[in-house]
This record gives sequence, C-alpha cells and structure tokens, in this order.
Amino acid sequence: MIVRRTWPSRRALDSSTADLDQLRREVLRLFETATSADLGVGVFPPLNVTQDADNYYLRAEMPGMKSSELSISALRNRVTLAGKREIQREHERVSYHRKERPEGSFNRTVTLPAEIDAQRIDAKYANGILALTLPKADEAKPRQITVKT
Amino acid sequence: MARENRTDLQNVDKSDAPVAPEQTRSGQVYSPTVDIFENDNSITLLADMPGVRVEDLKIDLRESVLTLIGRVTPPENPDESDVLREYESGMFWRQFTLSEAIDQARIDAKLTDGVLRLELPKVETARPRQIVVRTVG
Repeated sequence: MIVRRTWPSRRALDSSTADLDQLRREVLRLFETATSADLGVGVFPPLNVTQDADNYYLRAEMPGMKSSELSISALRNRVTLAGKREIQREHERVSYHRKERPEGSFNRTVTLPAEIDAQRIDAKYANGILALTLPKADEAKPRQITVKT
Repeated sequence: MARENRTDLQNVDKSDAPVAPEQTRSGQVYSPTVDIFENDNSITLLADMPGVRVEDLKIDLRESVLTLIGRVTPPENPDESDVLREYESGMFWRQFTLSEAIDQARIDAKLTDGVLRLELPKVETARPRQIVVRTVG
C-alpha cells in the first residue's frame, strides 16, 4: 500500500518508549530539514501520471539509477516499479561533510484508472527521469456509437 | 497495515531552496540533495538533479562561493492532463562556501543520469624550502 505521512504521524498504541523514540527521531529530522516548509515523507520514487486520449504517461524522478537494478512490470491497469538505488562506494580515507542522498530498495505499484496494453509500453530513462508511455487498451478507449435509424 | 522495512528507500519531498535569489519568471526553486566528501587532494560533491541536462546546468565558483544552478523544463506536453501528481519540476539551486582554496583550472564536472559529480582539487600547498641562515660578522 502506498503510504504518505506528514509530520506528526499517527501510530497505533505501542509501548510508551516507542512513542518517545518516534518523537525524538521526528524532532531530530525537524532540525535537519528546518528550511523545508513541508516535511512530507512519501514513497520512493515520486511519480507523476498524466494522460491524453491514447496513452498514460508515467514519469518518476530516479537519479543515478543506471548502475542499479530496476524492474518494471505491468498487468491490466497496474504498473510496478521495483529495484534498488545504490550509491557507489568511494575510495577509503574520505571524510564526509554531508551525506544527504538516499539509497535503498523500493517497490511501488500504481493503479491506473483504465487498462493498458502492456505489450506496447515504451520506457525511456534519461537525465535521471524514467518516462513510461502506457498505451490505453483499446477496450478502454471511448467508442462512438452510431444509432441506426 | 504492513510495517515498513527499515532498508526500504523512502522518498522525502524536494525541499525548497533556503535562500534563493528571486527569479524574474515564476516557478519553484528546489535544493538538490548532496553528498560532499574530501580526501587529501580534493573535495568531491555529488548532487541529485533529476531532469537537468548538460546544457541546463551552470556551475559558478568565485570568491570561495560555489553555486549550482540546474534548470528543468517540465516534460509534459500541453495536451496531457494530470492523473496523479507527486512532484513538481523546478529549478535546482544551492550554494556552498568552500573553506579550502581550489585549483580552478583542474575542476572536473560530470553529469550522468541526473547526478552531478564535481571534483574540486585543492591547491597544492607550496613546497617547503630550505632556508639557509647566513652568519654575519
């Protein structure tokens, strides 16, 4: 399930120390990102889906993915992006001033309003943006109905 | 609801640039996430700037202030309508003050898949000279 939380988040009742831990973590995160007006935490990667008469277009911001694994699969009206973003290890003896870029695994499924033709999906990855063109299935396109007189 | 796996990659929305010069045209300005590290010879900066092409990127270094500017053109065609929108396209802007003197002639910049890799070699410190003391008198 896709989860988007904005601070503060709600949790089921855990033990009291878990609540304090969570409060402490979120206060620390507040200091780290104090300049941001919106502290939303969402699911990676962030997606935009648009449509025109014939296709859906899915775009995801995923910089630096070439050297990592990415798998795209589609069935009916769902598209799944899964993989791992890896940050290349530098040589030893470096000292970090900042380390903000995230890495880790992700698995995300988007449900589209109508079915797509999975055979004709076009996928392009350029400049860190993944762009999928998802043609709408013929059954899903609106049809003109002529009335016989 | 399933527990989230700790190693799963979480998305944090792009944060607005803290102090960005006001643009003449309207639009969002974002602060790219960076990794900065150094070794004895150079400082390396890696910045996530998805959607920025080489011709849209400007790197400026003057008076020890490093400025990164990356323009992004929204990829949508005018006849596309939104179904789901989780991120906006906007300019990337971030400034750093460098504590070390940088050899500007040897700066190396590479932009691959929306990630900028900037190598800033430190100025080689002057070689130590032997100073000979003369005696007078």
